[in-house]
Amino acid sequence: MRRKKSLKQTGLFALACILAVVYMFPFVLIVLNSFKSRLNVVANPLGLPKSFSFDNYSGAFKTMSFGTAVVNSLTVTVVSIVLIIVFSSMLAYFLVRWNWKINNFILLMMVCAMIIPFQALMIPFVSIYGKLGVLNSKWALSYFYLGFGLSMATFMYHGFIKGVPLELEEAARIDGASKYRVFWKVVFPLLMPITTTIAILDVLWIWNDFLLPSLILTDKDARTLPLSTFYFFGQYTSDYGSAMAALVLSIVPIIVFYLLMQKHVIKGVMDGAVK
Amino acid sequence: MYTEKKLAENIKVFVMFAFVPLLAFLTVKVIPFAIGVTMTFTDWNGVASSFQFKGFENYIAAFRDAEFWHSMLFTVRYVVCSVVLTNVIAFALALLVSSGVKGQNAFRLGFFTPNLIGGIILGFIWQFIFSRVLVYVGKEAAWDLFANSWLAQPDKAFWALVIVGVWQTSGYMMLIYIAGLTGIPGSLLEAAGLDGASKWQQLIRIKIPLMVPAFTISLFLTLQKSFMVYDTNLSLTQGGPYRSTELIAMHVYNEAFLYQRYGSGQAKAVILFIIVALIAVIQVRAMKRLEVRS
Repeated sequence: MRRKKSLKQTGLFALACILAVVYMFPFVLIVLNSFKSRLNVVANPLGLPKSFSFDNYSGAFKTMSFGTAVVNSLTVTVVSIVLIIVFSSMLAYFLVRWNWKINNFILLMMVCAMIIPFQALMIPFVSIYGKLGVLNSKWALSYFYLGFGLSMATFMYHGFIKGVPLELEEAARIDGASKYRVFWKVVFPLLMPITTTIAILDVLWIWNDFLLPSLILTDKDARTLPLSTFYFFGQYTSDYGSAMAALVLSIVPIIVFYLLMQKHVIKGVMDGAVK
Repeated sequence: MYTEKKLAENIKVFVMFAFVPLLAFLTVKVIPFAIGVTMTFTDWNGVASSFQFKGFENYIAAFRDAEFWHSMLFTVRYVVCSVVLTNVIAFALALLVSSGVKGQNAFRLGFFTPNLIGGIILGFIWQFIFSRVLVYVGKEAAWDLFANSWLAQPDKAFWALVIVGVWQTSGYMMLIYIAGLTGIPGSLLEAAGLDGASKWQQLIRIKIPLMVPAFTISLFLTLQKSFMVYDTNLSLTQGGPYRSTELIAMHVYNEAFLYQRYGSGQAKAVILFIIVALIAVIQVRAMKRLEVRS
């Protein structure tokens, strides 16, 4: 009986290994080929590189302005997420704690708006904001992310704040703290688990987003990482070695983030789905 | 619950907590959406200061456009294939990595990895695989299936899109199913095991019925995501060959920004919105009924 069980376990383990290799193989391929010259890639895309030269990397790094792109992406992602967390938590707190008739309607509107596809907004978006001249601004882009990310974050905070007992706040209010202070000093720290979940989900979304920034950031220096990868790859499609190096470079930052935060990422995605 | 007595206090609270987020919500979602719907009934090009009402002309033009129907049908086919495959594979992966197999956390991390990376980059990686690596394999091994690039043939380019989509999202849905599986009380399965229920019976009779909420969420997400796919479509096939693999999101984009037909492009976007919203409502209703029954 025990023997049968261990045999089954080994079988499952082998199956998982095979699947993992299948899932990871595309990444292995681009890393392998990023060290090769164009001719070597064409001759045999599956072979090991003959020597480890970083020429492709230094070339790609410069041409795609990797440094600038990473800084742009970081700025947009961090600023947007801070805005989303600050304003959604406050709005959700307001919707839960003040019993205005309109509050349920606001929440309902936000839930309905979550279903609107970006394609239904992008044409008016470009014409309105193009006219207002806010294109090419990272700050405008972050404000747009606030608008797009707000509904889901508010909805998640709303569910969480409903479970926060009012007594905790009353003690602080009796001590004379303002509503604003009560929220930030007493309530907000309690929201940490859901804040982490929202931050993780929004990092995965904003860091990788392409369509919105491609419409807003038309200037070369303003490009985020997905944009600069896109333009680089478009130009150097046939220079396979460099193109692969560019892809590897653009993947590195988020993988580093993943390795550092793996537990939070996995938990964030699971929690985010349940709510 | 808090209530303020004076109007001034009420205004202060509103401005403090709700003004900025509601302004962002209005200016980024509500107003563009309202303008977008208005655009479909006019000949506005998005820049001119005056426009005329055109009734349903834009919608009629959209429905008469053969390319639109082609793209819509192509998208529906894509959605059906990728939703089914993604969920079946994700559920199987979830069962595999919660069966107590050695190193299951590492496997979970591994299967989730493609989700971390943007669709643009994933599409480029697979473009290389389909047009270089597999063609090389096809030539070396004299394997006809891969002799020519899949991306150059419409029917195979379709499957290329599905494969990339499934590879990308199955890890995400796997996590949702794992969350569902861990929510099942172990005592229930133990009791069933003692009563002589096989693993297969436990799966069909206990696990799947109790996981209806996880299926609801996962189906909802995969449906929405696959209807909206743009990034991988752009970097993998660019809609080609000959616009044959243009998913609806790309079709709307091209109509508006490539061919400068804002009115009919926006009408198509509104049609897309209506379809997605209908599917969402119907699906959530149907699943809620299932949940109640089990």
